[in-house]
Amino acid sequence: MTESRLRKVLLEDVVIFGNEEASTTGAQSIAPDHVARRAYRDTELPARASVRSKMELQQEVEEFLFYQSELLDGQHWQAYIDLFASDGVYWMPVTLDQTEWLDSPSIFAEDKNLMRVRFERITHPNAWSQAAEWSLSHVLGNIVIESEQNDEVHTRARFHVMELRRDTVRHFGGTYHHTLVRQDEEFRIKLQRVDLMNGQAPYDFVLQAWL
Amino acid sequence: MLPISELVEPDRVHHTVYTDPEIFDREIENIWEKAWIYCGHESQIPNRGDFYTVQIGKQPMIMVRGKDNNIHVLYNRCPHRGTQLCGARSGNTGSTFVCSYHAWTFNLDGRIKGIPMAHGYDGTRMGYDNPSCSVKTAARVEAYRGFVFASLKHDGETLEDFLGEARIAFDDMCDRSPVGEVEVVPVCHRVIQHSNWKFFMENQLDALHPSVTHQSTGIAAGRIEQELKKKGETPPLYYHYLSTFASSFEKWDSVQTVNLPLGHGILTGYMGLRPDDQDTKEYVQAMYKAYGEERAEEYLGRSIHHVLVYPYLSVQSSLQQLRCLRPISANKTMSEIWHFRLKGVSTAIYRRSLWYYNLVNSPSTMVNADDLENWARGQRGLESDGGDWVSFHRNYGSDTIEDGVTYSSTGMSEGVMRSQFSAWSKYMEGSS
Repeated sequence: MTESRLRKVLLEDVVIFGNEEASTTGAQSIAPDHVARRAYRDTELPARASVRSKMELQQEVEEFLFYQSELLDGQHWQAYIDLFASDGVYWMPVTLDQTEWLDSPSIFAEDKNLMRVRFERITHPNAWSQAAEWSLSHVLGNIVIESEQNDEVHTRARFHVMELRRDTVRHFGGTYHHTLVRQDEEFRIKLQRVDLMNGQAPYDFVLQAWL
Repeated sequence: MLPISELVEPDRVHHTVYTDPEIFDREIENIWEKAWIYCGHESQIPNRGDFYTVQIGKQPMIMVRGKDNNIHVLYNRCPHRGTQLCGARSGNTGSTFVCSYHAWTFNLDGRIKGIPMAHGYDGTRMGYDNPSCSVKTAARVEAYRGFVFASLKHDGETLEDFLGEARIAFDDMCDRSPVGEVEVVPVCHRVIQHSNWKFFMENQLDALHPSVTHQSTGIAAGRIEQELKKKGETPPLYYHYLSTFASSFEKWDSVQTVNLPLGHGILTGYMGLRPDDQDTKEYVQAMYKAYGEERAEEYLGRSIHHVLVYPYLSVQSSLQQLRCLRPISANKTMSEIWHFRLKGVSTAIYRRSLWYYNLVNSPSTMVNADDLENWARGQRGLESDGGDWVSFHRNYGSDTIEDGVTYSSTGMSEGVMRSQFSAWSKYMEGSS
């Protein structure tokens, strides 16, 4: 009995897709568009490399950014601060669409004086959180020169940072936007903007130094 | 687990109150899922359908602005098969919650709106007339000056009675606006501490720790501040925020703690937020105009450093900062860190709370880093067999009690912790 019913059920010709008459389906039939969706990434496209022919400039920028990473990973804090122009700023906004740091919250917004406070703090013998083993390792890539205007070079790069603290490794990733200016033939950082991909995820501990 | 009376003595507590998972579960039941818990500020969800998810004890909840403009707090759970209705931390859900699994739909107050293929429930206990087909709501929701709280239990004191004199946290924040209101700045930093939540609450009113724990930052900021002054520049006010941490023991001892019933508390002390500049003058004038000179002076002159709403809120009202704890386990706690904007004040005045938020409360904090380090070390120490008791003996016996409020004899009295544990015992014994 059971066998013959099963056999019959399996032979029934029911097609559950391709129904052209139904205009709505599933949740749509119950609550069409219950949420107004925002347009998918309806923002400006990233700038394309503007100076493809100037390989020399590209190399110069890459060398500078690689050097910056080496200074951070080597904890050569003073030398890193020295890379900044006198009015230079290290800025890590909270969101990608942020355009300023004076009137909206940032994760970092430090001029050279505040950078010195941080430098002196982490090197103070009683900076207790520094007792744990701690090191950073940067890898940079996707380095693009977005524009070069009036001695200012605007660059974009991706970073990936691993951080060891005590027995734990954390990962940080994101995008650097550098505004570089020339001073005595050398680049100086007028603005280092750091858009941290995981900047609003919960932090296990905090960020003690610049990424 | 020892009986509560054996865990908490007037001058010391047993280390397991910080480490025992069984005690943690009892706390969830007797405190977090019973007392009034902070959900958020009304301005986080200004429009109909705006929602923000929030954790109350172990319960994932949704705070949502309803059709009637009221705020509802719902369990983030479809009554059909249990799927969470909101997958995002915040957003707008339009006029309806739609379950992603089988398209059950709900009004913004949680009432059932639509069951797909409803005839399938004919003759069963489920259906439109069964209240258990609607989303379960928090038992009680109330707001105080725009700050929204919920309780998962029907019985218990009102929000006003729960807050008691700790209401001053919100009054002091709002009164500093000439229109008496604040609005949230829509950024919430979240930081995980590898320690029991109590470390945070004790630390906030512990006036002995700043000049020890935070000396590296206080000294560094003080040095640059002095250097700028020597150069004839006016150092921005935020240097003062940081250098204050390195004040002497004597200075910190001169403040006082006011320990309220239910574990709430106030650390007195004035942050020096009235420099003699044009922005401040204009602000003070606006306050005089709004409230009259006498009342405005009272609002601007309150000696409040921190207010604690036990067991989870730390409010720095004069700088509009708020930190809220969400306990995860006995040895893990999440803090949510917000700041607010005084309505009706200039950008220059807002910048004072902004810079405090950036320098002290953001994830790049030069201050809380060392607190987090202390608490993690503290947790590991208390998990060890190196000792059974945690000492709160400093200035024991010298506090004065008046109308149920315990005033410390000095700023550094551990009366704060004694008072918090007295409230904790009452909660845990179920008598609060």
